[in-house]
Amino acid sequence: MTVKVLNPGLFTTIQDLGRPGYFHLGIPIGGGMDRLSLRAANLLVGNPEDAAVLETVFMGPQLEFEQDATVAVTGADLPPRVDGEAKESWTAFKVKAGQTLTFDYLKEGARAYIAISGGIDTPLYLGSRSTYPIGALGGIDGRPVAIGDQIPIGEGAGAKEGRSIPDALRRLPGNPAELRVLPGLYWRLITEEAGRNFFEDTWAVAPEADRMGVRFRGGREMTFKEREQPFGAGSDPSNIVDGCYSYGSIQVPGGKEPIVLHRDAVSGGGYFTLGAVISADMDLIGQLQPHTPTRFVAVDMEQALAARAERAALRGRIREALQ
Amino acid sequence: MQSRYSFGGDEHIFVETDEEMSLDAFFKALSVCNAIREAAIDGVTEVCPANAGFQVKYDPDVIKPDDMMARIKEFDADADDAEKRIDTRIIEFPVYYQDPWTHETLMRFRDRHQDPGGTDLDYAARINGYDSAEAFIQAHHEAPWFVSMVGFVSGLPFLYQLVERERQLQVPKYVRPRTDTPKQTVGYGGCFSCVYSVRGAGGYQMFGITPMTIFDPKQETNYLRDFMVFHKPGDIVKFTPIDREEYDHILGEVEANRYEPKIRPVEFDLAAFNADMKGVNAKLMGALNDG
Repeated sequence: MTVKVLNPGLFTTIQDLGRPGYFHLGIPIGGGMDRLSLRAANLLVGNPEDAAVLETVFMGPQLEFEQDATVAVTGADLPPRVDGEAKESWTAFKVKAGQTLTFDYLKEGARAYIAISGGIDTPLYLGSRSTYPIGALGGIDGRPVAIGDQIPIGEGAGAKEGRSIPDALRRLPGNPAELRVLPGLYWRLITEEAGRNFFEDTWAVAPEADRMGVRFRGGREMTFKEREQPFGAGSDPSNIVDGCYSYGSIQVPGGKEPIVLHRDAVSGGGYFTLGAVISADMDLIGQLQPHTPTRFVAVDMEQALAARAERAALRGRIREALQ
Repeated sequence: MQSRYSFGGDEHIFVETDEEMSLDAFFKALSVCNAIREAAIDGVTEVCPANAGFQVKYDPDVIKPDDMMARIKEFDADADDAEKRIDTRIIEFPVYYQDPWTHETLMRFRDRHQDPGGTDLDYAARINGYDSAEAFIQAHHEAPWFVSMVGFVSGLPFLYQLVERERQLQVPKYVRPRTDTPKQTVGYGGCFSCVYSVRGAGGYQMFGITPMTIFDPKQETNYLRDFMVFHKPGDIVKFTPIDREEYDHILGEVEANRYEPKIRPVEFDLAAFNADMKGVNAKLMGALNDG
């Protein structure tokens, strides 16, 4: 069966849990920015957690269903409607053949995940269906979905409607948002004062926030320790010999605006990275709206691993809630 | 040369084999990366060598961060003594310098450049002490290059020129990055050339364009049928200047899926190169041009 795209929304892409193993060639890990919500949406409709879904940002699509299916919408509060009738988020509901799924205006968060029973069944590219638009890879012709697309859906009985994930197990960033950071290798390049300021200041999410990364502004400019720039690095004190970037790493070009790299990150470049946001908080970044006040909080490895364990426990509780 | 090890969040080990660029630092990073790959450590999902460092992504639920760090550091000591020699290939890479498309783009972003009154090539020539853009172009293509990293975006090679430190060309990146760069632009930043594999944002100075596709997700280009990315770390590249007519001809052949890049197998030994750069380069060029 297929689902027809009547209106694609602002930027709606097919995503699964990603495409690990090719970052050494500049092909990013990709996949949903809020993986907890992506997994939850799949579990609600009876799919494997890693099935491909639609990730939609700020403004939802309009989708016409060719056959009956079970659907769930998780992540951002983007209220769904079926032929105009309001449906609950984080809850499985039925869509019948010929019906249209639409969305109200966004209330909270940034990205909603739309899982359809059977899962999206576009071809695998390098082991994943995730769309990477810069490399024209995955999804439908490597691009966001467009008007008139017929999205293929796999076979799947679909779970019962009404299954729901309790409020206590849903996650969206607070206000201010807090992102925990493990300082890293190039922390040594900035002054002590700059390091203190980074954690003291309240930053705001800049409009430049996409699948590659999220930029923050509003904090004080960083000052660098005096040093002679190494050969090949470039003349700016924030320059390094082009090296690796990681998912979650925080670069600060010119010492001005921190950028946290996300699922479609560039794999390397010539700016220092002062550290990385811990894995437990990466999903929250996918739900940040522009202008959201944000604090960075320093943690050590022990705290990072404790937060990671909490996150794994949360996934376990979601699975249990749906059994 | 002293490696610096650190954690990149809880899922990455991030290593700088040296602060400054050198082929010694590159080979050391490559050796450690190869050792990590060969060891097939449970939990490792990405091993990414870079110009003078590398990064490993791992699952801390499978292997604890401290254990992962200890495993990698074991390889570091061995890498210092490892042979810095690889079996690789030399590729003739046609470049249309001063082409109209990068020219149009660089004029569009002049307000983001150090020298809004000139072109990227005029600026690069002047700050490197060349009389003209033509003389600079000559220096850019007369000696071969070494692919010391693949990344940034899909399949983009960073290249380091095989010449003495004092002959290395150096240029800063744009003051503010451009939001557009033509696909297959030959760029320059720091001591590195690059070839933009796809159209998009970029901060490197723009010198020319190649008709050769280097990233093809559809894998239709005849030399990319086995894999969508052309370059590998360790490739040796000889830029060859071409004019508009040759550019159009090669582009037509590439698009018709029948262009055969000129590629020859060679070996590269860093100790031999450091001892006699001219001699090794002459041998590399001989391998490319014979037969």
